[in-house]
Amino acid sequence: MHIVVLCKQVPDTESRIKLNADGTGFDMEGIKWILNPYDEYAVEEALKIKEAGKAEKVTVMGLGPDRIVEALRTALAMGADAAVHVKTGEDTGDTSSVAKALADAVKAQDAGLVLAGCRAIDDDMFAVPCMVAEYLGVGQAHVVSKLEVDGGKAKAWRDIDGGAKQVIEMALPGVVTATKGLNEPRYASLPGIMKAKRKPVEVVEPAAGGAKAKLVKCSLPAERAAGRVFEGVESVPEVVRLLREEAKVI
Amino acid sequence: MSNVLIVCEVKNAEPKKSTLELLSKGKEIAGALGGSLSAVAIGSGLGGFADKVAPYGAAKVYVADGAAEYSTEGFTKIIADAVAKDGAGVVLFSAGSQGKDLAPRLAARLEAAFATDCVDIGVDGGKVTVKRPVFAGKAFAHIAMEGSPAVVGLRPNSFPVAEPAGGTAETVALPADFGDVKAKVVEVVAGESSRPDLTEAERIVSGGRAMKEAANFKILEELADVIGATVGASRAAVDSGYAPQSRQVGQTGKTVNPVLYMAFGISGAIQHLAGMRTSKVIVAVNKDPEAPIFQKADYGIVADLFEVVPKMTEEFKKLLAEG
Ligand SMILES: Cc1cc2nc3c(=O)[nH]c(=O)nc-3n(C[C@H](O)[C@H](O)[C@H](O)COP(=O)(O)OP(=O)(O)OC[C@H]3O[C@@H](n4cnc5c(N)ncnc54)[C@H](O)[C@@H]3O)c2cc1C
Ligand SMILES: Nc1ncnc2c1ncn2[C@@H]1O[C@H](COP(=O)(O)O)[C@@H](O)[C@H]1O
Repeated sequence: MHIVVLCKQVPDTESRIKLNADGTGFDMEGIKWILNPYDEYAVEEALKIKEAGKAEKVTVMGLGPDRIVEALRTALAMGADAAVHVKTGEDTGDTSSVAKALADAVKAQDAGLVLAGCRAIDDDMFAVPCMVAEYLGVGQAHVVSKLEVDGGKAKAWRDIDGGAKQVIEMALPGVVTATKGLNEPRYASLPGIMKAKRKPVEVVEPAAGGAKAKLVKCSLPAERAAGRVFEGVESVPEVVRLLREEAKVI
Repeated sequence: MSNVLIVCEVKNAEPKKSTLELLSKGKEIAGALGGSLSAVAIGSGLGGFADKVAPYGAAKVYVADGAAEYSTEGFTKIIADAVAKDGAGVVLFSAGSQGKDLAPRLAARLEAAFATDCVDIGVDGGKVTVKRPVFAGKAFAHIAMEGSPAVVGLRPNSFPVAEPAGGTAETVALPADFGDVKAKVVEVVAGESSRPDLTEAERIVSGGRAMKEAANFKILEELADVIGATVGASRAAVDSGYAPQSRQVGQTGKTVNPVLYMAFGISGAIQHLAGMRTSKVIVAVNKDPEAPIFQKADYGIVADLFEVVPKMTEEFKKLLAEG
């Protein structure tokens, strides 16, 4: 079986986000880019499946401008075999075309299983892999914290409300998205990093499609007004009273 | 002119609060687009369901009664059917755990414009525009939905529920037929809590590393019981085994949006703030006056949480007994 893992490059969580001059986009100057943390779980799971002898090859795939190859190299350094760079410009806010282009590139790979993160920490859409599943016409298991793959079938435990889990049985090919708890991603070793430099990165250019949604403006949240800080347990009755009378939340 | 169709979430044959939020906002959007408001509900025992959503403005309700457990593909098929029958130009979901799974699948099937977890939605020159948090709430993206239909997920607790009015709704029965499903639900394992999911909770009390052990979360449970809250946790508390993963709030946990968030013994790391910064009112209790969480808190108490929590439970009990 061939596993394709969708890997997105995202700004590090600690990054300061700035708007561009006319407020139509973000100024990404000086941002530290990382592999989306949820995608690390997906890469790790793919490598574990391969190590268990249930897959022959792990290909990582990312869509975006040239800078994203660095994130693909991180996944290659963890142990993936090959990478596909779906080359586009910067994101314009149209999730559908991202998913469509990825789905088209996946089709060319003859994948038995597509793994992805359940969410990208920059746009928090929780969506691209589900759209890919639909475009591929296969089943999906979204937000998975336990996975078993065996003989053309997958069994996945999806996290749903309040800690409940939905257990899915799915004929492969299919799409599974990873969340925390699935595994502990390995670190890239030094030999891994050296080897990654020589692994193949195939570049594909997606057909241009019309955007269905468009980023028109960006803004920053209003600063929270400074709150009040009280000293000691004696202040509890006062705070409780304020929560009802002033904040009106109880 | 464009109709708005909202996708109901049903629990024990009742619309969830998030569904009433959708109806209330959906009515406004339908008005601005000069269309009508419809709803689609899938579940079982939905006999009188139309009467429950009509007071919030739904004129027509598509009901697939007799469907079993939630299934992504099954629900997608039925909702796509409702969209086709209704000719809806806008489909609204609640971006809870079900909506996050279902909305993108439906959007892809309909070749629709898509955005989710929106905290605002409006109509500008006949076009739907949305505002959604990005970069863990550090900024907002404003997106114009160019394509039609538009499938939009709204963040729970972001829109007020309108006062119910009179009105009746026409029921249109749809077959509760999931069709050929590739990912089959074989079992549902119950969660450890019957409280609302963190993503939908109106009140949350969270504990951090300072809780010291799993058994101590009992005091937060007691407080939560009194004020009708769901219990959350920091990653440090989860990774130390004090709380299950499903309770984690933050960048690698749940994004929450309650009216009240209370953080006990949580320092306020950026990855924690990422999950709860849009909470309406934040209360922080920490021994350390320098803890960064105090910079985000509306009300802070510098004290030992093990003294504060029982005292708070007692004070809230008194207050609520007063009515
Ligand atoms: C990639 C990545 C993802 C992450 N994702 C998340 C996430 O999703 N959610 C998350 O929460 N974190 C996340 N983290 C971890 C985050 O950086 C912090 O380490 C974590 O939030 C700290 O948890 P804490 O506040 O409970 O513990 P600490 O930072 O140890 O804080 C404990 C606090 O309790 C106070 N305290 C101690 N005793 C008492 C007492 N008796 N009474 C009152 N106060 C007391 C202390 O003064 C201190 O402020 C992530 C980190 C990384 C690198
Ligand atoms: N540009 C992209 N390139 C590769 N994978 C992506 C891209 N965008 C999203 N994904 C995948 O889809 C998951 C969910 O992303 P999102 O829907 O944007 O929250 C991510 O964790 C990735 O696995």
